[in-house]
Amino acid sequence: MDWSWEAAYDSIPLLLKGLLVTVEITLLASAVAYALGLVFALIRRTGIPVLSQAVTLFIEFVRSTPLLIQVFAIFYLVPPLTGFTMSPFVTGVVALGVHYATYAAEVYRAGIEAVPSGQWEAATALNLPRSRVWTAVVLPQAVPRVVPALGNYTISLFKEVPLLLGIGVLDVLNRAKEVGAETFRVVEPYTLAGVLFLLVSLPASILVRRLERRAAHS
Amino acid sequence: MIRFSQVAKSYGDHVVLRDLDFTVAPGEFVSLIGPSGSGKTTILRLLMTLEKVDGGTIEVCGDYLSHKKRGEKLVPADEKYLRQARKRIGMVFQQFNLFPNMNVLRNITEAPIHSLGVTRDEAEARAVELLEMVGLADKKDAHPTQLSGGQQQRVAIARALAMRPDVLLLDEVTSALDPELVADVLRVLREIAASTDITILCVTHEMQFARDVSDRVMMFDQGQVLEDATPDKLFNDPDHDRTRRFLKAVIDRA
Repeated sequence: MDWSWEAAYDSIPLLLKGLLVTVEITLLASAVAYALGLVFALIRRTGIPVLSQAVTLFIEFVRSTPLLIQVFAIFYLVPPLTGFTMSPFVTGVVALGVHYATYAAEVYRAGIEAVPSGQWEAATALNLPRSRVWTAVVLPQAVPRVVPALGNYTISLFKEVPLLLGIGVLDVLNRAKEVGAETFRVVEPYTLAGVLFLLVSLPASILVRRLERRAAHS
Repeated sequence: MIRFSQVAKSYGDHVVLRDLDFTVAPGEFVSLIGPSGSGKTTILRLLMTLEKVDGGTIEVCGDYLSHKKRGEKLVPADEKYLRQARKRIGMVFQQFNLFPNMNVLRNITEAPIHSLGVTRDEAEARAVELLEMVGLADKKDAHPTQLSGGQQQRVAIARALAMRPDVLLLDEVTSALDPELVADVLRVLREIAASTDITILCVTHEMQFARDVSDRVMMFDQGQVLEDATPDKLFNDPDHDRTRRFLKAVIDRA
């Protein structure tokens, strides 16, 4: 195998551009997942009839189908059905965000259940309004506990962004492919793409592990 | 003030309270004693609306607690009605149950501000007063985790009093404490009993304390009131052999 350092070096600017897109999608989709996941968890917890079951069904559905099919469905089916077109970038954020929201919902559920029943009872005894029990007592205790778990999902979400190649998002992998097509050298850009993923997810994993340790101590 | 009429409560097959009748007069300090599993704590939990009765009714200040009137009929109370009913009642728990995400001051001011609608300044002024009363004025900025169990329990007492309840429920409030911390908590409770006209129901195993501060002591056994008397009578000359055996067992253990 011949490896050209020059080809590797030349591919870096485009790959970094792709990495920026990958990171942007990761952060935005995570924000969607964290927010929507919390909404899912709260709806299921409150047990509003019909709505609660609908959310449960939706979560099961999303978890039981491949992410790539969901990406294609949103990209190719939503516009003709709703008349609402989304760019590949926005589609990626929505698809990954909704997909990971179903996992985040489970994480929040566990976090909420870990709040001791005595906290609920004290809140009841103090006659706090329901909304205040959630915002002032339960969530401030539940959310810090689940931050490491959510962080882990963000890392795995980051590694799934290349699936969006299927709808033409210009992420790291797509840029590597582009470089390959232009220069007829594929080994260097794909290798570097892999290295870039490693350079981001490794420190991120270490950070999450630290958060886990801190959460375990408190 | 408080009236239990034919109250029944079971958990599955386990009958905790059966056809329970008793009343408590305004301002009374009533201690509930008896072996564990005799239903004492359940009585407090029913009063705090943490549990629902299976049968019978509970009245507080003439209003039904577990039921509301609809015309002539009684129907189970809904959350809105319960919120109104709960206003009169405060509770202190065995495990303190302070909110660990708030400092001491906020633990005390949270409910007055968000449940009673008191201004922050007013709530904080009152909280500082209460902290002085329980001997923890210097701990207002501390977090619950930085306090000893006895200190946490005194904060919990201040927190309950901040809601200005007519009825205060004390659920084995010293049982989770190291022996040397019990005295401080009991001292605070004695002061409250002496200086306020709050009606207090106290589930306790501290017999000396019950004897000193109670107006009345109720001995429970198997979900019913076995004996209901002044502390003097109940501790010195109980009517039932069961009471005598229970008291002996508790005192021997101590």
